[in-house]
Amino acid sequence: MASSLDIAGINKRFGKGDKSVEVLRKIDIHVAPGEFLILVGPSGCGKSTLLNIIAGLDEPTEGEIRIGGKNVVGMPPRDRDIAMVFQSYALYPTLSVADNIGFALEMRKMPKPERQKRIDEVAAMLQISHLLDRRPSQLSGGQRQRVAMGRALARQPQLFLFDEPLSNLDAKLRVEMRAEIKRLHQASGITSVYVTHDQVEAMTLGSRIAVMKGGVVQQLGTPDEIYNRPANTYVATFIGSPTMNLLRGAVTGGQFGIQGAALNLAPPSPPQSGSNEVLLGVRPEHLVMQETAPWRGRVSVVEPTGPDTYVMVDTAAGSVTLRTDAQTRVQPGDAVGLAVEPANAHWFDAKSEDRLTG
Amino acid sequence: MTAKPSLFPSLGRLLVYAVLALATAFFLLPLYAMLVTSFKDAEEIRSTSLLALPAALNGAAWGTAWSSACTGVDCNGLRPFFWNSVAMAVPAVMISTVWGALNGYVLSLWKFRGSDALFGMLLFGVFMPFQVVLLPMSQVLGWLGLSSSITGLVLVHCLAGLAGTTLFFRNYYAAIPKELVNAARMDGASFFQIFWRIVLPLSTPIIMVTLIWQFTNIWNDFLFGVVFSGTDSKPVTVGLNNLANTSSSVKAYNVDMAAAIIAGLPTMVIYVLAGKFFVRGLTAGAVKG
Repeated sequence: MASSLDIAGINKRFGKGDKSVEVLRKIDIHVAPGEFLILVGPSGCGKSTLLNIIAGLDEPTEGEIRIGGKNVVGMPPRDRDIAMVFQSYALYPTLSVADNIGFALEMRKMPKPERQKRIDEVAAMLQISHLLDRRPSQLSGGQRQRVAMGRALARQPQLFLFDEPLSNLDAKLRVEMRAEIKRLHQASGITSVYVTHDQVEAMTLGSRIAVMKGGVVQQLGTPDEIYNRPANTYVATFIGSPTMNLLRGAVTGGQFGIQGAALNLAPPSPPQSGSNEVLLGVRPEHLVMQETAPWRGRVSVVEPTGPDTYVMVDTAAGSVTLRTDAQTRVQPGDAVGLAVEPANAHWFDAKSEDRLTG
Repeated sequence: MTAKPSLFPSLGRLLVYAVLALATAFFLLPLYAMLVTSFKDAEEIRSTSLLALPAALNGAAWGTAWSSACTGVDCNGLRPFFWNSVAMAVPAVMISTVWGALNGYVLSLWKFRGSDALFGMLLFGVFMPFQVVLLPMSQVLGWLGLSSSITGLVLVHCLAGLAGTTLFFRNYYAAIPKELVNAARMDGASFFQIFWRIVLPLSTPIIMVTLIWQFTNIWNDFLFGVVFSGTDSKPVTVGLNNLANTSSSVKAYNVDMAAAIIAGLPTMVIYVLAGKFFVRGLTAGAVKG
């Protein structure tokens, strides 16, 4: 049932000649059957354009989209056998919930009894059976979201596309629907591409994540790879909350130091650019307070969030954020020492901002 | 801040009501005068004031105006002209509305390179004085073999109204989210299926506006009616003009008034029946829905 998706050498430019704007550059992603791919990035990074190109609502300037090995570029959306869930849900306002869910089946001339059966199955799966006679305007936001999902599910398509489907919901519903989407994907096993700007959605839903910026895929990998081995400082700071601390420093005699204070840390390889400037990246949960540490700072802000406490510390190398447990007792103004386990240090070239690997 | 009752708002209110009442009287008084005059006979018209109520409801003038008043050589009243107008207005209103809806659908939801420029040019049609097109239009009608026919008038009114109906629908459809069309495309619906199943059911208010607008314009048109019609295809406006201008020894004011009301009645009826949609439709774009 599940099909593979190949995004092969996709370029997209808007406009012509000198005034053309490149919105996607050389995108190559292979999505295995049943995979859940996340496209994540800030607005304007090209993720929605890429989704529209897969859907057939937009055409690439160059490249191929292959679904189950077959190139679909140039094929109208209706022939691609793709279902899409839109950010605004895009439910048909004058049709009942049942007719919304069954619309695609009706367009495909599925006989009525069979169609009704499929609608009932999908409605039961999404727990909206009691809403089938209503109009979309009579539904709450969460219910509309379920209907939109139902409309896509009823199709049993080769491919699911999601365009920021949860961004119009309040925080509580979003968490609920996120789990629901994951459950439905596990049950249906249909290959899915999901666009979001929310890093939590990206991390929780994706079997793989493509982090995009400026029309280029910055990194493609599993959530674990993206989080633990970010390819550059952009990916490192985009994923993770609070943001990864980035500290600029110099390598002298193989050892990294900030403002003269050696940290007992060494990058795995010298920077490509030949200078000795590197960036040290440390996630807030990997930065620990240690009385004897040579790297000193002063606590500026303490933010208890419940399970964790965020502590901001001003150091000679700049302000950094730590995540500690709720038991931590520090006050603004306290002098503290900071330390990092070498295994938890991320190293980036100060110039190219790419990861340094050993 | 709590609103405290004050004398000034109510005074202002009063002023507003006074102005409204005055305006209403200004527009309704002529209709009232026409109505009472149409039910009087010639003697009563001469002897009583213009605004006095008739002594009895005398329908003779209405009968004459409808079926036996002279409009030049013929003396068949307004009846043949009235049916000409019906035969002209009904198809012309239908066609120009459907055509405008399709144009608006394409120009707002299926934009193509240059579609906005095309729409801009189409807008000239709204502001163009129709006198400008009289000669070329008559030439074209001649080529098509439609001169002096009701079919020709239908065509002229469709073309003349198209810019306006396109404008109505295009702006109304601009408020429909593009995602709705995209969703239907992905669901497998064709261009016309999307129009028919998704877009048209959302269009009731604007359809009503356009129907009223077009019917009023086409029914009340005199210029095209007098220029492009033949002996057997004159609309009611031209008939009314001929009826009022046919000279006889005494001016039959009661017949003229009855004829004028007959000629204007259909637009009034349409507005009374569908007027609430008209107001609703004019404001529909503002609140989306």
